[in-house]
Amino acid sequence: MASPSSIDWSAVIADPRFQKLHRRKVAVLWGLMAFSVFYYFLLPIGAAYCQEIFKVRVWGVVNVGLLFALSEFIVAWAIAAFYSRLASREFDRLAEEIASDYSKRAGVAS
Amino acid sequence: MKLNAPRTWAFALAALLAITAVPALAQASASGQYRWLTFTVFAAVIALTMFITYLASKRVKSASDFYTAGGGISGFQNGWAIAGDYLSAASFLGIAGLISLYGYDGFMYSVGWLVAYITVLLLIAEPCRNIGKYTLSDILAYRNDPKKTRVVGALSVITVSTFYLTAQMVGGGVLVKTLIGIDYEVSVIAVGVLMLSYVLFGGMVATTWVQIIKAVLLVVASIIIVMLVWTPYGFSLPAFMQDVVSDPKVQARVATLLGDASKNMTAAELGQRFLEPGLYFKAPIDQISLGMALVFGTAGLPHILMRFFTVPTAQAARRSVVWAMAIIGGFYVLTLFLGFGAAKLVGSATIAGVDAGGNMAGPLLAQYIGGGADSFLGNFMLAFVSAVAFATIVAVVAGLVLAAASAIAHDLYVGVIHGGETVPPAQQVRAARIATVVVGAMAIAIGIAAKGQNVAVLVGLAFAVAASANFPCVLLTLYWKRCNTTGVVAGMVVGTVAAVGLTLVSPNLTYPQAVRAASHKVLDAEAAKRSSIAEVLASGDAEAAAKATKTAAALDKAVAKAKADMAKVEGQETSFMGLEKPLFELKNPGLISIPLGFLAVLLGSLLGRDKRSEDMWDEVYARQNTGLLVSKGQGH
Repeated sequence: MASPSSIDWSAVIADPRFQKLHRRKVAVLWGLMAFSVFYYFLLPIGAAYCQEIFKVRVWGVVNVGLLFALSEFIVAWAIAAFYSRLASREFDRLAEEIASDYSKRAGVAS
Repeated sequence: MKLNAPRTWAFALAALLAITAVPALAQASASGQYRWLTFTVFAAVIALTMFITYLASKRVKSASDFYTAGGGISGFQNGWAIAGDYLSAASFLGIAGLISLYGYDGFMYSVGWLVAYITVLLLIAEPCRNIGKYTLSDILAYRNDPKKTRVVGALSVITVSTFYLTAQMVGGGVLVKTLIGIDYEVSVIAVGVLMLSYVLFGGMVATTWVQIIKAVLLVVASIIIVMLVWTPYGFSLPAFMQDVVSDPKVQARVATLLGDASKNMTAAELGQRFLEPGLYFKAPIDQISLGMALVFGTAGLPHILMRFFTVPTAQAARRSVVWAMAIIGGFYVLTLFLGFGAAKLVGSATIAGVDAGGNMAGPLLAQYIGGGADSFLGNFMLAFVSAVAFATIVAVVAGLVLAAASAIAHDLYVGVIHGGETVPPAQQVRAARIATVVVGAMAIAIGIAAKGQNVAVLVGLAFAVAASANFPCVLLTLYWKRCNTTGVVAGMVVGTVAAVGLTLVSPNLTYPQAVRAASHKVLDAEAAKRSSIAEVLASGDAEAAAKATKTAAALDKAVAKAKADMAKVEGQETSFMGLEKPLFELKNPGLISIPLGFLAVLLGSLLGRDKRSEDMWDEVYARQNTGLLVSKGQGH
């Protein structure tokens, strides 16, 4: 394995492709993170302060609270699936390109 | 092959020791007639895992094999292993139990355990794979001062693992004792010896496969039980729930939980109340604090982070989290049916009668579904679920011991004492094995010493320390340009001290004066209640009299408990910490300690300066995003 010093790291960071990857990832990761934390805490906060809404029966005896808790699972899975698709379509390609480019320049196999 | 001969012999010896535990287990099987059945099922599960450990032991040659299975686990396999590592007895048996006893709140509690993996997926898994090698501290040491961050990182890892390990060992000991009736000490030793033989001989390869097998068995068992519970309702959710809330046992449970408040409620209202929040969580802020510890703490659990070093690439790490989320989330959805099914079919009173925490809800439901305590199938189902529960404890404990041992051997011994490079591979593996034995022996000793203690709080505490110390340090090292050694050291120390300190002064400890006050209240009210019961009995109304007899029995129990509680705290005035009452009202410290941990990393980084942390930023950030220099296949 080549020593890490053989790669010019500041050049990698300054590379427009890396900058693009960085900007996209910051927006996607922190956006999804903020949304999922927000959506999750709606559940305990709702259960504590909006009990009247949670108690409303909508599907036989099944109430809003139960469906909302189930929706937490769906939303968590949806976020995971969305991120996973986006990452493998977009981020992986950019990352792969940068990695193979710079390891070639430094004379190491990626 | 000749070189391996001593190891094979040692392995055979350990296997023999472990198997000798089986007759002890079987002997104690609850119903004598089916003793051989329990024996067979337990022996089969243990033999399967032992066989895999034997195969794995031949493949463990280097430190990389021992700690991370050589980086050769696939994303799909790792997803199952993460699920196996994560679905501990607390979440497997505990959540089904909570639902069976408290309805909606139990199900709501399970949500946080899944959402936690969003944090792992988005922020932690891939960068960890790209930067780390064997341990959490590797990530910190890559950018910051290696010795300082390894010391604080390893101490925090050992702290978190010890809390979690103690909870698992004590919980496991109690569980095995309840499930198959052997002595507490024997069950702790059986768990410890089995776990040690997996880790010692098979390292991460065997640990991974034990976790995979356990997760598969767990999911299969749950699916079968849920199918049997749900089929009569044509797989309709409202029809199933309708039947649950119409059940007199469920309605009686709600009436007991609500006490006087339930006096004017109809039977239908009582049943419906089981599907509404507030039966378990009384203070909303407690639940939010616990939620924070779960959602941010999972991403700082050393035994979970370690799993991402076992896969070859960041893509595989991502795939493994997605699989883990599918399995873990799917399992919690099944738990909804296990819990409500147990409440309806077995009944909360029976469940709480066997174990007050509800841990036996799943196994009892399995027995009921199979045909009850006197049937072959019922006992087979009970034995199977019990064996899975046993495998669960062993698999989780194995992962924890491996994480703690790697912190000692890789971070402290190789990284700090030897300064990194100079230790030959064979010696590294030996150090890892010695550390494993030390941690394993410690786990058994703590497990036996902590007999009878209420350790549930320790799981919450482990998550709180992970969320307040490990998570801010790892996250900011990976994502914040100005983060440095001073910040990481400050974050680790402040986060750990805040989480542990706040717990020590929290309502989780026993406060003798409060216990006495509560007991007095029960005893003072006794006379009035007795006379009202006597009045009802004298009135001659048969239905009311039957109810009053039940109330009298419950009162007898409450009085006995109050007296026992009083005796326990006799002569004591203050808690273990010397306090008369809690200084801090939250049961889980997360709400305060997590921001404090982040603040410490921020302030430490801004106040301190470290050339290495600054110089390494470009490299860390470029590598964590691109996977540069991560050679594929062999990993390290």
